[in-house]
Amino acid sequence: MEKVERKDADGAIRNPLTALARWGAELKHMSRDRVREPQLGFRHTWYLGALTLGTFTIQLSTGLLLMLYYHPSIPQAYADMKNLQFVVSSGFFLRNLHRWSAQAMVLLVFIHMAKVFYRGAFRPPRELNWVVGSTLLLLTLLLSYTGYLLPWDQTSYWGVTVGSSIMASVPVLGEKLRFVLLGGNTVNANALLRFYVLHAVILPLSVIALIGIHMWRLHQDGGMYSPDSEESEKSEQP
Amino acid sequence: MMNNSPSERGKQLPARAPGEKSISYRELLFREMIAIEILAVVLVCLALVWNAPLEQLADPLHTANPAKAPWYFTGLQELLHYFPPFVAGVILPTLIVLALIVVPFFNVNIKDQTLWDRNKSQRLMSLAIIAVALTVLLLHAGAWDATIPVLTISALMALAASWAGRPVGRFQNWLSGKPLSFWIMTWFLMEAVILTTVGALFRGPGWVWVWPWRNS
Repeated sequence: MEKVERKDADGAIRNPLTALARWGAELKHMSRDRVREPQLGFRHTWYLGALTLGTFTIQLSTGLLLMLYYHPSIPQAYADMKNLQFVVSSGFFLRNLHRWSAQAMVLLVFIHMAKVFYRGAFRPPRELNWVVGSTLLLLTLLLSYTGYLLPWDQTSYWGVTVGSSIMASVPVLGEKLRFVLLGGNTVNANALLRFYVLHAVILPLSVIALIGIHMWRLHQDGGMYSPDSEESEKSEQP
Repeated sequence: MMNNSPSERGKQLPARAPGEKSISYRELLFREMIAIEILAVVLVCLALVWNAPLEQLADPLHTANPAKAPWYFTGLQELLHYFPPFVAGVILPTLIVLALIVVPFFNVNIKDQTLWDRNKSQRLMSLAIIAVALTVLLLHAGAWDATIPVLTISALMALAASWAGRPVGRFQNWLSGKPLSFWIMTWFLMEAVILTTVGALFRGPGWVWVWPWRNS
């Protein structure tokens, strides 16, 4: 007997189990994509998308563990850094890995952007994915910048003070924007809490959602870009 | 029935060379996993031997000198040294972000046409005017380091123009066949790398020039 999907009048699937099954089928379908032999090599993409995703996964796992030891308050935030360094078992390793992996992620996401540009992989039908990728680059910078304040040491305090004073130079709205970001006119306890919420909740969730869209579009737009495919398309045109 | 929607067009696999195999995506994922593992091992080793910096407790009454932004913003901070905050901190970053986002929506970028195949002398004249104007503007502001990419890229473009249409070496042919978008992106990346490096490594108290090995 043929299975009939129950849909409402607007075509949406209301049964969560059916929706889940559809997602599963879609994932299975994605794993059946095929690539040409030369696309497998390191030279083609330098695996930059995957490597960036790898660093983000390290960030999520080390970040979650660091949250167990961190209080976003003054001066406890700084004391927690010292505790991580000298008291918590392997705490120094967690913090170091989070820090160096963050630097690697920023660097990789920049190189990924440049590599995609030089390969011409931004061209239609992949233009939407380029926009999603550019947004991910900006979110990565914001993620790193909001994390910069959390240790609450001299470098982070004055680094963020410089950044927020630039924001204040926007005409008309500048001062108000800074007030919203910092929760005051200067970098203070409110700013630390706001940066923590942005860094640990809002920005990571946004990045996860956008990475999902990025991967889905990659599949929808025909998988990995190959310059030869464009050549063959051009030659087919009259 | 043919479906010519952009997504469907993209799904067609490129033509294969004789004897070349079409391979499952899982093989690629496997290779990417190995690359991720190697990177993870490198990062773990780094985290074991190199401590993340931690300075004194933040003191709002004691200004750090220099107060440096994270390294990926030191390029902008370097520009802030030369231009007013509204220009270097607001207008330029906004323009860069907008320029990045609209890249795939301009025909000139999509068509990938060689810059020097038509109106060569006119285009060379435009290049010279833009390069001179930009150099004068940057030098007037004192931003000598930002002029390095302008001069380098202009010189390379002029060389590429002189090589265009002539039987020259492989590299020369490759360079002379590049479109305008290639040159703009390369200039932007060169600016980003030079300004970031100068801001991160060569600036000390009062944002004066300091050799990195004399910093400590």
